[in-house]
Amino acid sequence: MPAPLIEMRGITKSFGAVKANEAVDLSVAPGEILGLLGENGAGKTTLMNVLFGAYAPDAGEILIQGRSVRIASSADALAAGIGMVHQHFHLAPRLTVLENLLIGMSGKSGRIDRAGGLARLAEIGRQHGLTLDPNLPVSALSVGEQQRLEIVKALFRGAKLLILDEPTAVLAPSEVDGLFSALRSMAAQGLGIIFISHKLNEVRALTHRCTVLRHGRVAGRVDDPANTTSAAMAQLMCGHEIVPPARGPSTPGGAVLILDGISTSKHSGTALRDISLAVHAGEILGIAGVSGNGQRALAEVISGVRTPDAGRMTIAGQTVSRFSPREVQALGLGRIPEDRMTTGLVTNLPLADSMVLPRIGTSTFSARGLLKPDAIRAFAEEQIKAYDIRCPGPMTRAGALSGGNLQKALLARELAFDPKVLIVSQPTRGLDIGAARFIHEKFLDMRAKGCGIIVIGEDLEELLVLCDRIAVMYEGRIAGTLDSADATIARLGLLMTGAEAHG
Amino acid sequence: MSAVFEQIFQVGFLAAIIRIATPLAFATLGEMFSERAGVLNLGIEGIMLLCAMTGFTATSLSGSLWLGVLVAVLTGMLMGALHALFTVALGLSQHVCGIGVTLFSSGLAYFLYRRIFGQQSVPPSIKGFQTLPIPVFSDIPVLGPAVFNQFALVYMAILAIPLAAFILYRTPWGLSVRMVGENPRAADSAGVIVIATRFQAVILGGALMGLAGAFLSMAQFNAFTFGVVSGRGWVAIALVVFGRWDPWRSAGAALLFAFVDALQLRMQASGLGHIPYEAFLMLPFIFTIVAMAFMSRNAVAPSALLKPFRREER
Repeated sequence: MPAPLIEMRGITKSFGAVKANEAVDLSVAPGEILGLLGENGAGKTTLMNVLFGAYAPDAGEILIQGRSVRIASSADALAAGIGMVHQHFHLAPRLTVLENLLIGMSGKSGRIDRAGGLARLAEIGRQHGLTLDPNLPVSALSVGEQQRLEIVKALFRGAKLLILDEPTAVLAPSEVDGLFSALRSMAAQGLGIIFISHKLNEVRALTHRCTVLRHGRVAGRVDDPANTTSAAMAQLMCGHEIVPPARGPSTPGGAVLILDGISTSKHSGTALRDISLAVHAGEILGIAGVSGNGQRALAEVISGVRTPDAGRMTIAGQTVSRFSPREVQALGLGRIPEDRMTTGLVTNLPLADSMVLPRIGTSTFSARGLLKPDAIRAFAEEQIKAYDIRCPGPMTRAGALSGGNLQKALLARELAFDPKVLIVSQPTRGLDIGAARFIHEKFLDMRAKGCGIIVIGEDLEELLVLCDRIAVMYEGRIAGTLDSADATIARLGLLMTGAEAHG
Repeated sequence: MSAVFEQIFQVGFLAAIIRIATPLAFATLGEMFSERAGVLNLGIEGIMLLCAMTGFTATSLSGSLWLGVLVAVLTGMLMGALHALFTVALGLSQHVCGIGVTLFSSGLAYFLYRRIFGQQSVPPSIKGFQTLPIPVFSDIPVLGPAVFNQFALVYMAILAIPLAAFILYRTPWGLSVRMVGENPRAADSAGVIVIATRFQAVILGGALMGLAGAFLSMAQFNAFTFGVVSGRGWVAIALVVFGRWDPWRSAGAALLFAFVDALQLRMQASGLGHIPYEAFLMLPFIFTIVAMAFMSRNAVAPSALLKPFRREER
C-alpha cells in the first residue's frame, strides 16, 4: 500500500457534553476512494469539518504526506490540498460559475484573472468530463451541475484530496453514474477521495476501502467493500442487525384522496401540470422524483397551503371547496411537512404548543377564545409517552429535540386525530436507522387501519420497501406510476429523468 | 407657464443637479459597499453628520481644506469600524446597532461642536471649496459649465462611480465582498476571511460617507449646522435599493433624486409662490417612496444581508 496521502490520528471533538468524535483514526492513500460510513449523528460530518479546518479538534493530529500539520481554517485546508464538497453547496447563486470558481484566488495584477480561470476550467472539463458553462449564474444550474461545480472548484484549487459529503443524496440515478465515473477518473490520476454516505450499495460499488463510524468512534473497517454484504456493513453502522419492515399484502379500499387535473402557476418553484392521482384507503402511494420537480407544490396543494389554478381535489368523498390548511384538515387530512424545523413546528416555543398548533382553534384545546393549557399539556404528555419522544418534558423548547424525536412528535400530532389521508414529505431524512424504522412501522400500522398515505421522498430504496405504488414526478407532471412489485430503481430512475414510460 | 419653465430650466439647473447629487452619490456608494458585504449600515445619517462636523472643525482650526477632508474620511472609517465591531465581530443586530451609531454620532457631533465653538449667534463659517474649472472641457456648451466647472469633490464623486464598479466587479477583493454578502459560508470555505472582508467593506463605506459629510459642510454650505445632513443618509439607504446594489444604478438613482430635488428648489423660487414651500420640499421624498414602491418589488438584496456570520454554527 502506498504511503498515506492524509492521516488523521486520535481525533476527538466535543460539542458541550456531546462527544461528536472520539479517538478517530483514518487514512487515505493517493488514488484511493475511501468510504466513510455511519448513521446520522455518527460524527462523519464533524470529522470532515475537522479535516477541512471548520472545527478545531480537541485532541489528535492530522498528517499530510507524513508531516503533521495544523489546519485552523478552510484556507489552511485548501493550501494543504484538501477540497470539500459539502452537503449544502457553498455557492453564491447570483454569481456566475466562473466567479464562484475564482473566489478567494489572488488575481493577476490586482484584477480577477478571467482568462486564466477559463483555461483551467476547460482543462479540468476535458480531463474528467466535468463541463460547465462559465458564464451562467449558478442559480441557472441544476443541482447535479452545481455539485459538478463544487468538484471543479476543489480541483481548480489543486486539491489532492477530495471530500464528498453525501453527494448522491441530491442526484437522480443516472447522474450518480456520471459522478462515479468522474470520481474514478480522478482517483486514477492519483487523487485521494473520501466518500461519505449511508447508502451501502453506492459505497460497495465505488469505494476501495471503508471506515465505519458509530457514536463518534470507529466501529470497524472494511477492506473489500465490493465483496462485503450490505447487511454486514449495516450491522457495523448501527451495532445490531437490521430487519427491514415487512409490508404485508394490502387490501385497498375506496379512494380517500382524488386529485383531478390539478395545475398551478409557477409562483415559486416548479408548477404542477395536470396532476391526476388517487390514493386508496389502506394504501401507501410513493411520490418519487429528483427534488425540484414539483413535489413541494404538490404537497402544498394537498395540504391546502396553495390553491391550484385548475383541477379538483376530493378528500374522503368531499370536494375541497376552499384550499386552506384548516379546511383540508377538517376533511380528514394529516400532514407532515418536509422541513420539520421551519414549517413543521415553532422551534422557540415549548414542544406542547407546537404539538397542538394545527388544532389550536378546536374545542379540544381552546374555548371562548382562550387556550386550555391543561388540555394542551396533557395531550403533549400523553403523546410523548405513547411515541417515546425523548425530551425533558412537554415544556421543552421544541428546537432542542433531535431530528428523530421531532419527527415522532409531528407524527404523533397528526396520528392522534386518525386522519383518513396522511401526506408526508421526506419522512426519514436525517434520521438514524432506528428512528426511521419506528416511523416506517407507524406508517404500516396506519395503512392496516385503512388510512391512505402519500410519501414524498427521494430515497428510492425507502419508497420501494414502504409503498404499494410509486408515482414519479418530472417537471411538474406525473411521468408514470408503477406498482412497487414491478418497480426497480432502474425503471424509476428512467422516469425520473423524463424518459417516457413504455408499457 | 412657459415663463415658469424657463426660470426652472436655466443654465445653472444642470450644475445644481450635479452638486446636489454629489453627497448622495458618495453616501450611496458607501452604503452599497457595506450592504454588498452583508452589513446594513443605518449609522449612515449620524456618520455623515459627525464627519461634516469633524471635517469642518479641522478646516476651521487649521485652515486647510484637504486636511478637513482627510479628517472627515478618517472619522467615517472609525465609525464604520465601530459599526463593524458590533455587527460583524460581535454579530449583533444590524438595525439596532446602526440606529445606535446614528444616535451616538449625532450626539457626539453636537456635543463636540458646542465644546469647540460655543454658542454663537451667527454660526462660524469657513472659506469652503471653490469651483475648479477644468480647462478645455469647461468650454463645452451646456455640459461644460454644469459638469466641468465644479468643486474638486464633485470630480472625485464622478470618478468614484466607475472606480467602485471596477473594484466590485473586477478585483478579487470585490468578488470576495460580493461573495460574503451572498453566501459567507461559501466564501469561508474558499479561504476568504469573511470577518475581515466585511470589516474592510464597512470601513470603506464609512470613508465614502465621510466624503459625503465633508462635501456638505465644506463645499455646499461652508458651515456646520445641526440640520446639515437632514435625511440625506436615510435617502441614500433607499437609493441603494433603488439602484439594486449596483454602483452605476445607485449613482443613477442619486442623480435622479438630485434632479427632483433641484426641480423643487427651482419651483420654490419660481412663480408658483401661492403653494406653501413645504409642499415642494416633500417632492423628492414622495418621489423616493413611489419609486421604491415600484422598483424594490423586483430588487433582490444580497442574500446574506443582515445575517451575522459565525463559523462554528450550523
